[in-house]
Amino acid sequence: MSKYINNFLKFQPLLSELVARDIKIKYRRSVLGVLWTLLNPLFMMIILSIVFSNIFKFEVENFPLYVLSGQVIFNFFNDATTNSMTSIISSASLIKKVYVPKYLFVLSRVVSSFINLMAAFTALLLVMMATRIELHWTAFLAFIPLFMVVGFSLGVGLILAALTVKFRDIMHLYSVFTTGLMYLTPIIYPMNILPERIKQVVMLNPLTNYLIMFRNLMLDNTLPSWSSILVGIAEMVIVLILGVYVFYKKQDEFILNI
Amino acid sequence: MDSDTIVKVEHVSMKFNLSSEKFDSFKEYVIKSVKRQVSFDEFWALKDVSFEVKRSESLGLIGLNGSGKSTMLKVIAGVLKPTKGKLTVNGDIAPLIELGAGFDMDLTARENVFLNGALLGYNRAQMEEQYENIVEFSELSEFMNIPVKNFSSGMVSRLAFAIATIGTPDILIVDEVLSVGDFRFQEKCEARIQRMRDNGTTILFVSHSLEQVESICDRIVWLEKGHLKMFGDAEEICKIYAES
Repeated sequence: MSKYINNFLKFQPLLSELVARDIKIKYRRSVLGVLWTLLNPLFMMIILSIVFSNIFKFEVENFPLYVLSGQVIFNFFNDATTNSMTSIISSASLIKKVYVPKYLFVLSRVVSSFINLMAAFTALLLVMMATRIELHWTAFLAFIPLFMVVGFSLGVGLILAALTVKFRDIMHLYSVFTTGLMYLTPIIYPMNILPERIKQVVMLNPLTNYLIMFRNLMLDNTLPSWSSILVGIAEMVIVLILGVYVFYKKQDEFILNI
Repeated sequence: MDSDTIVKVEHVSMKFNLSSEKFDSFKEYVIKSVKRQVSFDEFWALKDVSFEVKRSESLGLIGLNGSGKSTMLKVIAGVLKPTKGKLTVNGDIAPLIELGAGFDMDLTARENVFLNGALLGYNRAQMEEQYENIVEFSELSEFMNIPVKNFSSGMVSRLAFAIATIGTPDILIVDEVLSVGDFRFQEKCEARIQRMRDNGTTILFVSHSLEQVESICDRIVWLEKGHLKMFGDAEEICKIYAES
């Protein structure tokens, strides 16, 4: 175990360099640069709120905030897992030539998505202040569901990264999958409009649980129940262990397939 | 293993499945498995190779193209895991395998210095210290803020060589990198390798130039089609190799 920790410490500077590279390249040559991480979710929120409060008319208090909080969680998951998926393939030239612990590439993508998550979270706080919504003390506990969703995404990312090396079709399939998943997460619609059967399916989605906890803490001044916290942690731990296991088993084959 | 031995290679074999390169997608895989076309053409790039390198000794690997030299270096560098056999390495490795492998072409030269340094396990502060030295050695001071994609291959290898040879790693792997760059820079690189060798760094050196091998290495591993043909003193083997 200490061997792995030492190895991680040795390559910790590399992790920060990789994250810095991801962010630099993403915003290179754009005038507003990193500000886009903040503006992007805001613009998306404006469009979605216009569309859904005029056309579909859901009975939700503070609909813009409802949408934005949903997006914060879902976009992070989508971003982190999609980027992790290609992290190994796109680092092929490195992996073939230099020894680097390979999970670092996945981890760096998740960390850079996390930085975007923090920007989106700031956008959420700004909108809350701008619309003079009361900021409850429970908002300080929002890190709990955020932590769970980060761990969960890392687990999914590790699995995807390892499998995509061998089966490139996953790259094409996954965007379809996440579109489906988006509709199975209560981002734009409230839970109470769902028929009972569909509601059960939506509740099976681990993201739903994380999102509801997050929203309750941020907007509704409600603490999550112990059962939803335990379920959330259990799902995160299972996916993480599975991810580490799959990645660990497959990593020596990467070089033969990239 | 006594403390003098820095790299110990014991009965290492490396197998590649040539067929694993042939399909990229799940569909192809399923179709080919159904049609029973997944043949496993085995290819042994290395077969039962054993040798050891003592501390501050330099070792040359020679052999024709495809004899397994680069595979051997990749096994030592930890990039490939041997299919069979055991490898023990007692120290830090600075790999030079194909210069510029760690560069991100969209980043500037300056940013790449830090990225590449981190790949070799140096932190930012250590790299700040070495930065001037790297710029000076690579003679690229006017170009440090230009994205590397605009560099010529000679410039890339100069920068990469300068980064990889900072500090005193225990082991330096040099894989035919001296064949790039102009004549003057080659000499400069060779001088730097010699100096590192004098400071106690173990050099693992691959080159097709027998002269370079002879001038840098003490011992030689001669590979032929993945088998160890000879292992011993540089002078003797170079003589035999030149005659064969």
